[in-house]
Amino acid sequence: MSNEAVLQAESVLATHHDAHGEHHDHHHQETFISKYVFSMDHKMIAKQFLITGMVWAVIGGLMSVLFRLQLGYPDTSFPWLEDLLGKFWVEKGHITAQGYYALVTTHGTVLVFFVLTAGLSGTFANFLIPLQVGARDMASPFMNMLSYWFFFAASVVMVSSIFVETGPFSGGWTAYPPLSALGDASPGSKTGMDLWLVAMALFVVSSLLGGLNYIATVLNMRTKGMSMTRLPLTIWALFFTAVLGVLSFPVLLSGFILLIFDRNFGTSFYLSDIFLTTTNTALPNEGGSAILFQHLFWFLGHPEVYIILLPAMGMVSEILSVNSRKPIFGYMAMIGSLFAIAILAFLVWAHHMFVTGLNPFLGSIFVLLTLLIAVPSAIKVFNWLTTLWRGNIRFTPAMMFAIGFVSLFISGGLTGIWLGNSALDIHLHDTYFVIAHFHIVMGVASMFGMFAGVYHWYPKMYGRYLNTSLGYIHFWISIVGAYLIFWPMHYEGLAGMPRRYYDYSIWESFKNFGELNRFISTVAMIVFAAQLLFIANFFYSIWKGRKVTTLNPYGSNTLEWTTPINPGHGNWVGEIPEVHRWPYDYGKDGKEYTSQTTPVGADESHH
Amino acid sequence: MQTATTANPKWWNGGKSPFNVEYGKLMMWYFLMSDAFTFGAFLISYGTIRFSTNGWPDPNVVFQSFPFLGSGLPLMFVSLMTFILIISSVTMVLAVKAGHENNKQKVVTNLVWTIIGGIAFLGCQAWEWTHLHHEGAWWGANPFLNADGSQSSTNFTNYFFTITGFHGFHVFSGVIINIIMLIMTLNDTFEKRGHYLMIEKAGLYWHFVDLVWVFVFTCFYLI
Repeated sequence: MSNEAVLQAESVLATHHDAHGEHHDHHHQETFISKYVFSMDHKMIAKQFLITGMVWAVIGGLMSVLFRLQLGYPDTSFPWLEDLLGKFWVEKGHITAQGYYALVTTHGTVLVFFVLTAGLSGTFANFLIPLQVGARDMASPFMNMLSYWFFFAASVVMVSSIFVETGPFSGGWTAYPPLSALGDASPGSKTGMDLWLVAMALFVVSSLLGGLNYIATVLNMRTKGMSMTRLPLTIWALFFTAVLGVLSFPVLLSGFILLIFDRNFGTSFYLSDIFLTTTNTALPNEGGSAILFQHLFWFLGHPEVYIILLPAMGMVSEILSVNSRKPIFGYMAMIGSLFAIAILAFLVWAHHMFVTGLNPFLGSIFVLLTLLIAVPSAIKVFNWLTTLWRGNIRFTPAMMFAIGFVSLFISGGLTGIWLGNSALDIHLHDTYFVIAHFHIVMGVASMFGMFAGVYHWYPKMYGRYLNTSLGYIHFWISIVGAYLIFWPMHYEGLAGMPRRYYDYSIWESFKNFGELNRFISTVAMIVFAAQLLFIANFFYSIWKGRKVTTLNPYGSNTLEWTTPINPGHGNWVGEIPEVHRWPYDYGKDGKEYTSQTTPVGADESHH
Repeated sequence: MQTATTANPKWWNGGKSPFNVEYGKLMMWYFLMSDAFTFGAFLISYGTIRFSTNGWPDPNVVFQSFPFLGSGLPLMFVSLMTFILIISSVTMVLAVKAGHENNKQKVVTNLVWTIIGGIAFLGCQAWEWTHLHHEGAWWGANPFLNADGSQSSTNFTNYFFTITGFHGFHVFSGVIINIIMLIMTLNDTFEKRGHYLMIEKAGLYWHFVDLVWVFVFTCFYLI
């Protein structure tokens, strides 16, 4: 039996479901559990990922507010925080050193993995892939459900680590041994680290199940006529993201397994010649290499940056084109640059390790490969700008965030060219310059991509619009705030201010940054408050937002806008539409937009 | 399996699988690529540590025992293990082939042989681990000397038990998968479906696990 037979058997089932009418919830025997909890509908799973990701974003964001409080106001006492959080985190009104490092570590882990990996590609790969390629659901809805629940389990374990007596892991999100391998080295490396590793292992499983599904769906489940070069760029980006995840996360898992053995079973994979001052003992471990962990970690760690960034790039491409009412500039170049980035992502990991004693000759090769990434990145930036050029731009909140993404990607990308040089890295490594760089280019930019996606596809998710005015306020506070927070950090970093210090006011060299740190902290709190505004907007609009009344509110070409306003499980009523053209026929032959489902006319010009 | 008969199938134009496989097999291939990276990371770590260490035990000395025959038989037992695993791959191929022919009886016979092979391999591994453990080898403990007679680091046993253990875990899950396939075959699940594609996917996994053993075997017993 061929694939078609298998597929058709499934689609007959789905059509049968849909034959009952547009309003799917009328005739179904769906219970609350099967519809909202253990749902196998990709759209519901996407919303589960999104909302879980939002919860994590609030937790992670709040943590950054707390440690910014310490950095900005090291001398001020906050007794009420002690009542709120307890003695482990706050003592005598000051964030404790242990609490500070736990906050920094958890903030990093949560934002990188739980928000910008699961929350971003988990949401939009699930939501957009079936809708935009023209499929009833993911290839395997069951595995898709498992993917979410593994993520949920990972979340539960990670949250529980926050409440352990010795605190959550506090050795930085990169979890370098020996600190992460030795419970005696730091309280955070005790139970908190075990839970951290379990959570991350569950997360890898979730990401694998999801990734396999995304790949199989994009390759196998495209509707008739949807050739690979007719896919919206969102799908291309999500496809490469999934491939990156499937090939890089297993290496991280190997690294973690070895770390688990080092922690619990007396091995020395990463350990050698260690004297612990906390217990005054020389450890028997011999022959291991801490650098080995860094290689395994960054073999994932660098592709991870693109796992975070590519979905944002894809959605931004789509949103810019739709709202400029112009075809995306250089469609094939966009795919080519995504491909180039995906390949290069695997070949640059050692640029995180220039100062580990890496052979300088090897370092120079990694410099070359790292700087090569500037080429596809520049291609993408130019294509976004030329898409905007002389466009008939509609400044919707989604469009604002998409343009904000391009701005941030340029600003943060340029400093990447500095950091990619191994010679400059000797000075800049482990300073606030690095913090500024990766927060702008990866953190905030991808966050903007995610916001753009949420504002743009919210009507498809909930059948209602988000409040636009609140959207503009959210945008302006976020973009201005992001630059005000991270721009000054470049100067701090150039002046040599190291990252991960608990209190800069006791250092003669960094005392003069006290005012600046206070300024950054204040802005960070304002920006965090603005995000709460977005969350309020999000939940208010689910029930009370302005209703969507037309099928295709943006005049968009892609397939998701050919589904009913509130699509049921199976997405299309009746047949899945056939595709006849690429998704970017905007302003062609005088027509504002031409849906992918419109057959090519006889006298149509060639694109 | 049906094959497309149209003159110009246009594989990549949507509406069909570009590789003419169902999604499950595609996922299996991608999963195997992912798993290859897991094992690759382990073996490369092992190589890195081994080549940055001054000496390493001689596998001909470490692995020279055979149950009931005593010692002095270098690599004989592991050769038997490898032979068993490779034969189980052959019977798996025969099971997949029988599945293509919709020959239930032959599928059952060959699956049973594959399962027996898998269990036999795991049994051999259990014996070898127990034997090494009696000699004092375990995670964090290495009684063997380097080939040049000097004191050896524990990373020899650390990596040996971790990587062969991880491989053994894969064989174990492969046996479980094959047992599930056997039960489904006996219950006529595939007969009713009209195809034995599941067996093919289980077969892919089984062959992959065998292939990994070839690398593990080479890295730990031959080099």
